[in-house]
Amino acid sequence: MNNSVRNTARLLGAGLRALLVLTVVCGVLYPLLVTGVAQAAFPGRANGSEVTSHGKVVGSSLLGQRYDKGTDKKGEPVPDLRFFQPRPSAGLGSNRTNEVNTRYDLQVSGATNLGATNTDLVKAVGERKKWVSETYGVPLSQVPADAVTSSGSGLDPDISPAYARLQADRVAKENRLPADRVRRLVEDHTDGRTLGFLGEPRVNVLELNIALKDLTHRQGTG
Amino acid sequence: MSPVLAGVLQLTALVAALALAYRPLGDHMAAVYNSPRHLRVEKVIYRCIGADADAEMRWPAYLRGVLAFSAAGVLFLYLLQRVQGGLPLSLGFASISPDQAFNTAASFVANTNWQSYSGEQAMGHVVQTAGLAVQNFVSAATGMAVAIALVRGFALPRALGSARAGGTPMRTGYLGNFWADLVRGTVRVLLPIAVVGALVLVACGALQNFSGIHEVGQFMGGSQQTGGGAVASQEVIKELGTNGGGYFNANSAHPFENPDAFTNLFEIFLILVIPFALTRTFGKLVGNVKQGYAVLATMGIIWLGFTALMMWSEFAHGGPALQAAGAAMEGKETRFGVGSSAIFSVATTLTSTGAVDSFHSSFTAFGGGIQLLGMMLGEIAPGGVGSGLYGMLIMAIIAVFIAGLMVGRTPEYLGKKIGTREIKLAACFILVTPALVLGFTAASMVLPDALASQLNTKALGAGAHGFSEVLYAFTSGANNNGSAFAGLNADTPWYNTTIGLAMLLGRFLPMVFVLALAGSLAEQKPIPETAGTLRTEKPLFAGLLVGTILIITGLTYFPALALGPLAEGLS
Repeated sequence: MNNSVRNTARLLGAGLRALLVLTVVCGVLYPLLVTGVAQAAFPGRANGSEVTSHGKVVGSSLLGQRYDKGTDKKGEPVPDLRFFQPRPSAGLGSNRTNEVNTRYDLQVSGATNLGATNTDLVKAVGERKKWVSETYGVPLSQVPADAVTSSGSGLDPDISPAYARLQADRVAKENRLPADRVRRLVEDHTDGRTLGFLGEPRVNVLELNIALKDLTHRQGTG
Repeated sequence: MSPVLAGVLQLTALVAALALAYRPLGDHMAAVYNSPRHLRVEKVIYRCIGADADAEMRWPAYLRGVLAFSAAGVLFLYLLQRVQGGLPLSLGFASISPDQAFNTAASFVANTNWQSYSGEQAMGHVVQTAGLAVQNFVSAATGMAVAIALVRGFALPRALGSARAGGTPMRTGYLGNFWADLVRGTVRVLLPIAVVGALVLVACGALQNFSGIHEVGQFMGGSQQTGGGAVASQEVIKELGTNGGGYFNANSAHPFENPDAFTNLFEIFLILVIPFALTRTFGKLVGNVKQGYAVLATMGIIWLGFTALMMWSEFAHGGPALQAAGAAMEGKETRFGVGSSAIFSVATTLTSTGAVDSFHSSFTAFGGGIQLLGMMLGEIAPGGVGSGLYGMLIMAIIAVFIAGLMVGRTPEYLGKKIGTREIKLAACFILVTPALVLGFTAASMVLPDALASQLNTKALGAGAHGFSEVLYAFTSGANNNGSAFAGLNADTPWYNTTIGLAMLLGRFLPMVFVLALAGSLAEQKPIPETAGTLRTEKPLFAGLLVGTILIITGLTYFPALALGPLAEGLS
């Protein structure tokens, strides 16, 4: 009996020592090596791909954000239609392990997790579709799927080219810009599939809005 | 180009990349586990452990090594989380509660990476990097070691097994040395690929720093809090080791983990590359690469079939919410789209990975059923690193047994007789997981506290989606997958504890049976092949194996699937 206890203890000791030495290798040396090389070779990427506009950091090109002008009486944020709008953020709370999506809160990533038959989701999709259709003056059938569904991360930086094109006329009107100028801006900021076949075509909303702001500034001063 | 065509092209590119890596990686792994020499760094590690890496172990000793190492892992990870509040670099996060810390420790040691916490809200740099990411390496290396031990059981005492341990031939009944296999798998296989892969991910935009939580300016003015982290270095091993635990709550959907469409395909490649290549290693070690090709073909057929079904189901976007939206984009990222997300979700559920680039609960009902069925197969097509190969070899034993019954001949596989003892162990192996899944699911459907955790109870299918959430959770846990139908609020004492138990038992009980089987095979002298021997390297056998897998899984789980995704999809 004593013998087996001693044997077990010895074996656990070996296991623990193995774990500690592998922790040093895989949990200290390896991440430090990768971080060192990454910081030397790709500092911008390794530190969050921050983008600047007029000398100020305005976010990360990889993370989506909201473009609102304050909140309404119920405390709901009101979208600022001078700017291109991102995908919907359901805003289902701040940190519950389920239904975390979103309001583009950088520290609360996640999806709604609502199923395809969920009545709340059916209702939400219908309401968003109506809003997009009325706000941008397009028929319901032309509203693309990404405009009425929320993303996986809740921080999706992109929208589909269809959703960006559909917003262009209204955005131009709000900024008193020629519509074809804004449409061209959307085309310039449309990225095709990587290497022609990877993923889907997309428009980075932050980069598009930065370019739009530059354009309105130039128009304003010129 | 239509999204469907782009999806097919991405799948084609993935197959091509896997095919290119298959031989070099498979041969490399065979050489690593067969090598008589130790690297200098490995000798240092053995000295720290205090283990003789040249001592041959019988199966009980090998198993004791696996269990002692894993028990130390659970204990260490549990304590690390419990004292997080006092650790440096913990970003101000508090210590984790006991039930959640147990769940997370069990989860990462069992190669499951089920997460009932939200990464960016709970885990500081030390726990993430020195705790969770370390288990991503070593739990994967443990799985590979057990698979190699089983392969040695088949291979011994033939030529290729004899080069180990300083050139002395391996003796009958001995399976190699666990410490050597563990360290070699980590140092010579996982680490080199991880270093290169992590740098590729950083180059594409994945985060890699140790900064604290800080403010970042926003376009409309003001600022938001954001955190740093060693994300890329953890992301790569999370996929490569088929672990799946996300640095952030959104897992591989988070742009800092998976920045673009290229990294998405690269991560799918990392998930699949070792499990597929291990069939080559297997073929090399048993001295007939064609045996490996037959296993590869079985895995490949199931994987491609599931991927095709998933793409079809997602592009068809059934279900009222997705029909109204016009595409299955709920819970999916714009840069990946439907096709790429479908490929990822099958790769992650057919291996023991569980990482997600899109949220499984929001897939079509049939898509969710495909994910569930993929895990229910036991994750063998191609399965987790190591666990996929040994799971598939158990199925091969069942298949030759069935074939043996049909012709009235004692079954044999790779020159070893499948006798009473072998078939009993194989049967125990395939019974463990279903017993855990169905038992715990049934208990959760009657306990009021457990029922309150379901999100989608308002689903049209009158609770069918809620049932799927629970079934998915235990299927994912017991099969060591770790992905979630995340509508279920799993951070409750009931789910933390029961899923934690399901993960540990679902990982280590099967390992006991595998190693016992390996030991009993290693004691047998190989019997010569005759005209009556079932040719297990032929397509006919691969077909028989696919059939066996589908029939066994179908018989076990069909009633449960009928109550969940089938009921929802058909309602």
